[in-house]
Amino acid sequence: MDGTAKKRVGNKLERNDRLVRLALLVIAFSAVSVLVVITVFIVGQGTPIMFRYGLKSFLAGTSWYPSEKLFGLWPMIVGSLFVTAGALVIGVPFGLSCAIVLTEFASKRVRGIIKPIIELLAGIPSVVYGFMGVIILVPFIRKTFGGPGLSVLAASIILGIMILPTIISISVDSLQAVPPSYREGSIALGATRWQTVKMVLFPAARSGIIASIILGMGRAVGETMATIMIAGNAAEVPHSLLAPVRTLTSNVALEMSYATGEHREALFATGVVLFVIIMVLNTIANATSAKRRKQP
Amino acid sequence: MTNDTAIEVRGFSQYFGEVRKLKALDLDVKRNEILGIIGPARSGKSTFLCALNRLNDLVRGSHHEGTIRIDGCDIYDPGVDVVALRRQLGMVFATPVPLPRSIFENVAFGARREGIRGRTRLDGIVRDSLEKGGLWEEVKDRLETSGLKLSGGQQQRLCLARILAVAPEYILLDEPTSGLDPISTMKIEESLRRLKKEYTIVLVTNNTKQAARVADRTAFFLNGELVEIGMTAKIFTAPDDTRTDDYLRGRFG
Amino acid sequence: MKRLGPRIEEKAARIGLLAMTLITVSVLLFIILFILRRGLPVLNLEFLTANPTDMGKSGGIFSTVVGTVALTLLAIVIAAPLGVGTAIYLTEYTWGGPVTRIIRFGAECLAGIPSIIFGLFGFILFVTKLKFGWSILSGGLTLAFMLLPTIIRTSEEAIKSVPPAYRNVSFSLGSTKWQTVTRVVLPSALPGIITGVVLSIGRSIGETAATIFTAGSALRMPTSLFSSTRTMSVHFYILAREGISMPNAYGTAAILIIAILAINLLTYYLMNRFIKKYS
Repeated sequence: MDGTAKKRVGNKLERNDRLVRLALLVIAFSAVSVLVVITVFIVGQGTPIMFRYGLKSFLAGTSWYPSEKLFGLWPMIVGSLFVTAGALVIGVPFGLSCAIVLTEFASKRVRGIIKPIIELLAGIPSVVYGFMGVIILVPFIRKTFGGPGLSVLAASIILGIMILPTIISISVDSLQAVPPSYREGSIALGATRWQTVKMVLFPAARSGIIASIILGMGRAVGETMATIMIAGNAAEVPHSLLAPVRTLTSNVALEMSYATGEHREALFATGVVLFVIIMVLNTIANATSAKRRKQP
Repeated sequence: MTNDTAIEVRGFSQYFGEVRKLKALDLDVKRNEILGIIGPARSGKSTFLCALNRLNDLVRGSHHEGTIRIDGCDIYDPGVDVVALRRQLGMVFATPVPLPRSIFENVAFGARREGIRGRTRLDGIVRDSLEKGGLWEEVKDRLETSGLKLSGGQQQRLCLARILAVAPEYILLDEPTSGLDPISTMKIEESLRRLKKEYTIVLVTNNTKQAARVADRTAFFLNGELVEIGMTAKIFTAPDDTRTDDYLRGRFG
Repeated sequence: MKRLGPRIEEKAARIGLLAMTLITVSVLLFIILFILRRGLPVLNLEFLTANPTDMGKSGGIFSTVVGTVALTLLAIVIAAPLGVGTAIYLTEYTWGGPVTRIIRFGAECLAGIPSIIFGLFGFILFVTKLKFGWSILSGGLTLAFMLLPTIIRTSEEAIKSVPPAYRNVSFSLGSTKWQTVTRVVLPSALPGIITGVVLSIGRSIGETAATIFTAGSALRMPTSLFSSTRTMSVHFYILAREGISMPNAYGTAAILIIAILAINLLTYYLMNRFIKKYS
């Protein structure tokens, strides 16, 4: 071996490689660090006030009058819950239908048209969705059903549309991940397409579909601008589908620009509640899709 | 160790996790010979090649026992520079893998990596390597077309030229003609016969006739063990071990 | 429940599913056409190149275009290297284990965090604690954090789809890991990585909640990283919500929609090239 010279060059390269690995490791921790920093800041800003006023009065209090130091988040928690539930009622059936059509029924050409359109749906800014709600949906609801129009119903419909891309894309992935042999086996046994979907594909893709719904839920809970524009924002527990409602996200966005002192802290506390809800949903979605990955 | 021994393998075992893929191999490769390695599928032939250039290191959970010396230097010694080692042992894989770029850039890969820029120098290296690989005449007018556009046999010779451009001392071939037609196979074998004047070649093949045609000596692997090694003529006419005989007569594998 | 014959059920299911899909697609087309129909007549060169006057009631949207571009650029310049670097580490430099799991978990959680939380965080950290004020810098940093998980995921997928054989070739030719990554893996994965970056650009153009609290809503032309600025989405939101000028709101929305359409077309083009290359 024409030894030393080559060896020295190589050792330099190797040392560089170790440096690169270290640098990349540091970079790779950026996402985690950001997560940690966000958690620290939101929680750090938001929790002291929760304990000062008592967790119970904070979470279960029904009055939100910051000027009088009443910080009850219950109406907003219920509001987010209602709107999200409504969005799922609208979004899940439509989303799953699209996913099934895309994977099982559509010809390649039709798929080539529908898929980009649905991906476009994901790209439209949420303010545009909110705007469409204000211009078209809200007046329609006001005229047909009465009430102010800005309502749980309006927010549910718009959010239902907004979560479609999430539900569709993840469901499509998990339906496509079902081994073709399952499909062929079922068809060979004389099952119709629909029976195959119902009895073979859905059960096989179940965990992926559940994950898609949970992630869609996360999107609905977290959506801000569209809900502000169409939900009415009254800080009261809604008594009907047509009543205005304020979500946790709206609560933050509406008052952040002028809040000071304890009021601002209370808004951060709202952020903490939101954060906890999202983290729980993420963890569940992660766990279900991890299970899916482990399946052979 | 005599001077004409280039690679010396002693008690070498390769593990992937718990699986022992090579079992205590003892063999030598002589300088400027073509050593053919035959054996049924999954008998450890390719693993042996990848032990020589330490490509096995890239597999998760791989470890080994025993020693391999190349030019007297223990290649698994912690002080050894793996990168320099791999430059000494060029490898051709079973399926031709041209990188998705032009013929020229494929061959110039190693040179460019070394920071060689001058067009004339690069041209020289590329031409030289393609000539040695026996591909120059066929591609000299279209060096800028994609390497993926060549036929399978041409792609494989392109891969050969690409390693020659790095100026190795050894060439490892892993079933280089397994997917090729007889004419392409013949061309590659011609190149190999020419190349052994300058290089030491280890040729893994699943085609026993190929070993008979080009190898100086032949080794027979079975289930990760070396059954026997010897002059090709002897292995093919009067092997010592009945298992070799059975394999060559097509009784298994 | 009376059981329907499988034939009829099949037919009913097929019709039902197709109808639902059709409705979904038409809703989307409706939104796009509605905005474009009312917005396109407002659009002309002047609308794009004149600065807004009178709170946006008249004039164009030039300063908001500049603000959007500046914010997006800054966000990408920060997020792309971090995201691609993370993806390289996850795919090329590690074999799994607890560290990888933590990194993946972090990225996945970050992806799920709503933009308003990013806005809150950016506001408290960059705007108040670090005293950057409402500025392009605060907004860009916040957006960068938001885009990071998308870029990580898309880059990771692009890198994973590079055939392993390419890496073996590079290693067997005596390349170091880093040489293999920069000379073989990244060039091959580039279209996929760029696709992810382009998608992130789309996301940052449409973002409102995170930018309004970090970049502010000043209509002046930004002059430095520390200028407050208003993005097109925020501008559209304010115009529409406060009823300042409907025609200008439609015009701005039309620009947003056109930008998103262009970005989607571009990603399609890139993805197709990427897929063709490896099949």
